[in-house]
Amino acid sequence: MSRWTEEYFIEKGLLLTAISSIIIIGLIIIFIFKEGIPAIQSYGFFNFVFGMNWSPSEGQYGVFPMIIGSLGITLLSLLMAVPLGLLCAIFLAEVAPARMRKVLNPTLQTLAGIPSVVYGFFGLILLVPFMRAQFGGTGFSMFTASVILTVMILPIIVSVSEDALRSIPHEYKEASLALGATHWQTIKNVIFPAAIPGVITSVILGMGRAVGETLAIIMVAGNVVQIPGSIFDPVRALTSNIAIEMGYATGIHYNALFATGIVLIFMIIVLLIIANYLHYKKKVTIGGGYL
Amino acid sequence: MEYIIEVEDLNVYFDELHILKNINIKIPKNAVTSLIGPSGCGKSTFIRTLNRMNDLISTFRRDGTVLLDGENIYNPKVDVVNLRKRVGMVFQKPNPFPKSIFDNVAYGLRVHGINDKDVLAQKVEEALKSAALWEEVENILEKSAMGLSGGQQQRLCIARTIAVEPDVILMDEPCSALDPISTTKIEDLIHKLKKDYTIIIVTHNMQQATRVSKYTAFFLHGEIVESGKTDQIFLEPTDNRTEDYITGRFG
Repeated sequence: MSRWTEEYFIEKGLLLTAISSIIIIGLIIIFIFKEGIPAIQSYGFFNFVFGMNWSPSEGQYGVFPMIIGSLGITLLSLLMAVPLGLLCAIFLAEVAPARMRKVLNPTLQTLAGIPSVVYGFFGLILLVPFMRAQFGGTGFSMFTASVILTVMILPIIVSVSEDALRSIPHEYKEASLALGATHWQTIKNVIFPAAIPGVITSVILGMGRAVGETLAIIMVAGNVVQIPGSIFDPVRALTSNIAIEMGYATGIHYNALFATGIVLIFMIIVLLIIANYLHYKKKVTIGGGYL
Repeated sequence: MEYIIEVEDLNVYFDELHILKNINIKIPKNAVTSLIGPSGCGKSTFIRTLNRMNDLISTFRRDGTVLLDGENIYNPKVDVVNLRKRVGMVFQKPNPFPKSIFDNVAYGLRVHGINDKDVLAQKVEEALKSAALWEEVENILEKSAMGLSGGQQQRLCIARTIAVEPDVILMDEPCSALDPISTTKIEDLIHKLKKDYTIIIVTHNMQQATRVSKYTAFFLHGEIVESGKTDQIFLEPTDNRTEDYITGRFG
């Protein structure tokens, strides 16, 4: 085989593998839409997305409380995980002695690898009774679910942010210190701002995991379809809704669960667009297109 | 003659490596001193000892004293932040922050507590003028410094350093990454700055040493072989090794 044909086949082969992954995702999305659209059509788009009442036995399919539930759990957990994760990443990247890092980094990787059902079980056995004792109610709540999610997404945010902080050229740090800035001033004014695009990526990844998480949330969130009056009320997430009811759903109910999936897909797309926009904007403003 | 820095019996080690051996040198005030010598002879390590940048390296050890205006900078009571404010540094590779031109120069002022807008604007302008960069950037102060040419970036780094009004400016091969025209501009700038600042410049370029400096020290294998007036070092070196180096027989 000539060099030219070899190149040709390798390039086309790579193209084929790349395209096949797109085709697979495309087929899955087509299937979800095919199964979900009938429910939206028969129940009405507006009634479905903004309807407050989800009771399949009475033919009511409003998912709005669950949109609020998913968003609430996700945002609340990001609110806790992002500051905590960033401070932890700064500590690991800038302050921690090498020996401590050698212990902490594998620990974080292990945390990231623990299956979600284990986190859920831990939350159910330990966290739910604790919340019940501290804040009253059943202990199953949006807050409980957010705490579990915080622990789950923390390793992602820490490790990706740490890499971002660590990849900032050493020259910046030296320049800042040589001007008489303290270590903390250097971190705050030079290293961290330069690492923001990477930090945003870490938040996107954490958010993706939080929105998609199902099992751990089912086990601690209470799963009541309602708009929570406070963060200590039980809620149901979109993901939980599908997982809880898919076993027995038939007919329009079955289609409505796929339609829930469509809502979930759109929610993730919107969140990704926002996050990517921020990422891009920061990259351009701090780098002037040169970084 | 007045000396601003006096180094006595300085030894520097990285782990077991003995980098600088028994360094004794006095740096005259408000003059330019060049440090020359082949790569790896310890010039850069030496100037980084003067503003304690080597402290960042965990394996760094030293003994001996470095006096700045008669005060030992390695005294545990010395505030390193304050020291680095007095002894500024320009690096080999231009390293502006990924911020606007204005913010680059204002950075040192801000970390030292100056936040008044008018004062900042005035000091930034003065520093950029001193660094002979003002005319080129006065209309693009809010643009990213990363968009400037290498020579402009290096002058920006000098402006950033002089904005905090140091007594001494250390320059670690400031022209080695620059083209000849930018190099000339930096050298002109050094001539201009020597009235107000003590400048210590590491250079591999012997012509540059003769052009910009009044005093020269020749480093070899971690020792100072010879130091004194630049004319004397280059015209009548007392040590054969100095003569060999400046005539290009090695290095």
